Amino acid sequence: MKNLAKYFKPYIVWLIGLIILIWGQAYTNLTLPDYMSKIVSEGIMKKDLAIVWSNGIQMLLLTLFGGLCAVAIGFIAAKISTGYVKKLREAIFIKIEQFSLNEFNSYSASSLITRSTNDMQQLQTVLAMMLRMAFLAPFMGVGSIIKAHQLAPSMSWIVYAAIGALVALIIMLFIVVIPKFTIIQKLVDKLSLQAREMLTGVRVIRAYNNDDRQQAKFNQTNLESTRLNVFVNRVMMLMQPAMTLIMGLASMAVVWFGAYMISDGNLQVGSLLALMQYVMQTIMSFLMISMIFIMVPRAAVSGRRIGEVLNTNPSISDPVNPTHLPAKINGVVEFKDVNFGYKGSKQQVLSHISFTAEPGQTTAIIGGTGSGKSTLLNLIPRLYDVTAGSITIDGVDIRNIKQAELRQHIGYVPQKSSLFSGTVGTNIAYGKPDADDKELNKAAEIAQASSFIKGLPKKLDNPIAQAGNNVSGGQKQRLSIARALAKQSQIYLFDDSFSALDFKTDAALRKALNQELSAATLIIVAQRISTIMQADKIIVLDDGKIVGIGTHHDLIRTSKVYKEIAESQLSAAELGED
Amino acid sequence: MDKKKTTAPVGLRGSGPMGGVRMGGTPQKPKNFKKTMKKIIGYLRPFWGRLVLVAISAIISTIFAIASPKVLGNMTTEIVNGIIRGAMIHKGPDINFTNVANIGYWLIGLYIVSALFSYLQSWLMTTITQKVTYQFRRQISEKIAKLPLKYFDKHENGEIVSHVTNDIETISQNLNQSMTQIITSVIMIVGILGMMISISWQLTIIALLVLPTSMVLITIIVKRSQRYYDRQQAALGEIDGHIDEMFSNHAIVRTFNGEGRSIHKFNTINQKLYNSGWKSQFLSGLMMPIMTFISNLGYVGVAVVGGWLAINGKITIGDIQAFIQYMNQFTQPISQTANIANVLQATAAAAERVFNFLDQPEEAVETNTVAAPKIINGEVILKNVSFGYDENQPIIKHFSTHIKPKQSVAIVGPTGAGKTTIVNLLMRFYDIDSGSITIDGIDTATMKRKDVRQMFGMVLQDTWLFQGTIAENIAYGKSDATRKEIIAAAKAAHADHFIKTLPKGYDTIISETADSISAGEKQLLTIARAILADAPMLILDEATSSVDTRTESLIQSAMDKLSHGRTSFVIAHRLSTIRNADVILVMRDGNIVEQGTHNELLQQHGYYAELYASQFTQV
Repeated sequence: MKNLAKYFKPYIVWLIGLIILIWGQAYTNLTLPDYMSKIVSEGIMKKDLAIVWSNGIQMLLLTLFGGLCAVAIGFIAAKISTGYVKKLREAIFIKIEQFSLNEFNSYSASSLITRSTNDMQQLQTVLAMMLRMAFLAPFMGVGSIIKAHQLAPSMSWIVYAAIGALVALIIMLFIVVIPKFTIIQKLVDKLSLQAREMLTGVRVIRAYNNDDRQQAKFNQTNLESTRLNVFVNRVMMLMQPAMTLIMGLASMAVVWFGAYMISDGNLQVGSLLALMQYVMQTIMSFLMISMIFIMVPRAAVSGRRIGEVLNTNPSISDPVNPTHLPAKINGVVEFKDVNFGYKGSKQQVLSHISFTAEPGQTTAIIGGTGSGKSTLLNLIPRLYDVTAGSITIDGVDIRNIKQAELRQHIGYVPQKSSLFSGTVGTNIAYGKPDADDKELNKAAEIAQASSFIKGLPKKLDNPIAQAGNNVSGGQKQRLSIARALAKQSQIYLFDDSFSALDFKTDAALRKALNQELSAATLIIVAQRISTIMQADKIIVLDDGKIVGIGTHHDLIRTSKVYKEIAESQLSAAELGED
Repeated sequence: MDKKKTTAPVGLRGSGPMGGVRMGGTPQKPKNFKKTMKKIIGYLRPFWGRLVLVAISAIISTIFAIASPKVLGNMTTEIVNGIIRGAMIHKGPDINFTNVANIGYWLIGLYIVSALFSYLQSWLMTTITQKVTYQFRRQISEKIAKLPLKYFDKHENGEIVSHVTNDIETISQNLNQSMTQIITSVIMIVGILGMMISISWQLTIIALLVLPTSMVLITIIVKRSQRYYDRQQAALGEIDGHIDEMFSNHAIVRTFNGEGRSIHKFNTINQKLYNSGWKSQFLSGLMMPIMTFISNLGYVGVAVVGGWLAINGKITIGDIQAFIQYMNQFTQPISQTANIANVLQATAAAAERVFNFLDQPEEAVETNTVAAPKIINGEVILKNVSFGYDENQPIIKHFSTHIKPKQSVAIVGPTGAGKTTIVNLLMRFYDIDSGSITIDGIDTATMKRKDVRQMFGMVLQDTWLFQGTIAENIAYGKSDATRKEIIAAAKAAHADHFIKTLPKGYDTIISETADSISAGEKQLLTIARAILADAPMLILDEATSSVDTRTESLIQSAMDKLSHGRTSFVIAHRLSTIRNADVILVMRDGNIVEQGTHNELLQQHGYYAELYASQFTQV
């Protein structure tokens, strides 16, 4: 929470101003009943209209003062809460953008999204309410009790009794209801999960004729949720009538017991009215305080979640004295005895990896799921850093190069190809924003995307929906390849990037890549043997270790793992054996 | 179908439990308010007896609530009278405590009765609205089972789920709130006004002068603040969308050096959000101080004018006290009635979406159906079949084929060629436009859909497992299966091994987030499910590259075992499957362009030959 307070510093002066204004507002609310009391006791009872008038005018001025205070409070509260959260939001976003995949994945993307959206909003809402109420409520509550005590010490018990009843009521309701709220939330989640299940599984459900069963299940949850909601609502509905009852009885008690004090000459009639006001104000203040007690823990949870992220430092940062690469590099990528394990995990994902990927050649990496293929690829643009050993480009350790500069030289096509909202053109130009249409079309052509782009009504300017949901999986993959090609870098990384393509497109694409990128270094991760059969060098990974390096023809004879993979996909004739 | 999105974008998510605290923006408007309202009332009809009780309770509770300030005022007047009596004989106050106590007892009675009836009314109303809510949800779930598949292919799941959750929640909350508020607010306004006039018409004029002033001011503020609120919501949606997009593609943003641009865009939106946010908050926050100020103005006015009237003996001090209480109570029902129109509109808008869903055309009711054959050989004949997802755009034209019992059929073609269309037609997820599909000589169009589907076992690549144990998922096609049968099916599907390595074995709960089970293993489970269901014919979707090679060979072997001795339709990716198939259906752009065996098709030198050759082009 400390780092959250840091961002509050610029607002300290504002906050002091706010407290002074709140004091002004509380003062107004606490003093108004005095004037009312005077009007009754000294004006009306003594039939003195002048006192009624003068007090009336003073009341009016006081009201005006209080109103202005309240407006100013609203202004400052709005400025502080939105301004503070704006700064915080900016800080968290910039922070996360610097995260390497290590920190990023330790939270998961969806958690980071919630933390920077929902949690932020939650914090802002609560902060705004707190700024208005957190100081006002205690001022008013304590002030009213003191005022009531001054007027009639022997009647203070009415105030205490009312507060006691109120607090007891609230505590009782919440002891009964709060645990149920969690259950209700779970049931709501369950309802939406089951509805979603019915929709995503509509084919399977119908195939197995299980509509009735699915519905019975949903209805069970529906019934549970209804029952619990009825219960919770019935309990919560007690609040309103009980509150009215407490307030009514308290005002009545003031008048009734006040009668005895008046009879003894210890109280004036006007004070009765003032007392009633104080009782009401106290009750209201305690309501506010109990609301604060409900809200603060919620906001604290959000605050902690935000603070956690702000406290996390990116594990990969730029070197202090960076080595610069020439504008035109050769593109020799060398792994020297590289080990890698995820942060916080003892398991080695990659161990003792050594190989060289030469420019003008295709280096392919193959292996089963979990063999560390994608991780290996992610090390090259420093999405992760090696835990031991080193990776060099043209002999320079990549850790000595600025991240942005290093990545400039790398065209990367991820396994899960997703696009950004924008147009076809902005997506392809993502790595090279100043690229012209000619360059974009060229990249699209190599990526086998130009035929479908030409079929689009607005060609390169055709809009792409968020996450690329308006194009098919294969089209997405081809655009994602074009995006990497448009960068015109020297090193290209393809992480199983041809999986959504049919064999024909796959082959055409590989052919085009070989022709157009004949001087570049290509590193390809693949599952399909046919995709990599022609590679200059195939690296077989198994459980994070290299179990074979060579060409298809070498490996089919020497590597058991490679042969196993190949055999499951191709027939003997296609494998080139007899 | 692969274009369909299953998750709603973050921007559409609710703002959390505190959302209700914020002031709303421009309310959503229903298209046909009257019609929708009538329909809602239709849902309430079965409860009319209880609704009458609700109304009666609301009336009683409100009347008693209105009466109490006046009675309390009488108590004060009684005290003041005592003081005056005492003053007349130049002594201390001479208060008649018996009278005071009597009024007190009355008052306690009033408060309690009012509270009791108020609670009774809420009690009844909450039961009614929850029952209506239950009804709505139930109808939606029943509707899902009756809709043709076409509907789901064209609509996003998130949209339908939001009917079940958000829309119904809105209806339920608003019904509960507005129904009783309409009654109580109207009685409150009329009752309080009556009481005020009965106390003093002069004071009532002051109170009524105050009212329109505050109303006008509030409308102005609400209008302005709504504008900023809408802008704020738009910016919020935009920023949520940006965050979602950037974080979902973190690796790409980093490798393409996109952080700077991303942060720049973020800051622009963040600034926009701040500008509209603080204004919206400030303006909506103005309501309270202005209301307080104006009601204080009224308070002062009543104190001064009331004081003058009291001095002239026109009213009593107790009346002034009662009048002030009435004034305080007056604003609430008025702002409630002002808000009720918005609430009803929002309710109608939500209800309209739900009704619209419930009114969608359903699958045709089946009459005069022919019974399915008891023992199925699995001879499938497609005769002159034409079909299109869009009626004007047939994609399969006059297609005929004859599949003999126990033959295997491979469906091949590039991605997006519409291979699932065949599945849709065989299973009667969609009805064909013309021609016929017969199984063992019986036209499937004359059978019950249920019976048609019973004949097929289906394993799709898009593995669907529901939240429940592994055992329950395997037994999905045969709910009365014993544990022994389930384990046997799992063993046959090569799934037993990995299931046993899970800490809870067959009782492991599968949930959306369960990462302990890989995509390939999920597929093995769906195969086990099909094995257990033991249908005479099969529809299979082969695994592609998202599954690692070893699991893939397990899946293959399980599928081979499963399809042995059954007519099977396989959406094929593996050459071995394709080559061994008895019939290959080649698909392109939705249509079946070629059919035959591997060798026949190669000799045709058509699309298939081209497709096949391309895989081994020398680069």
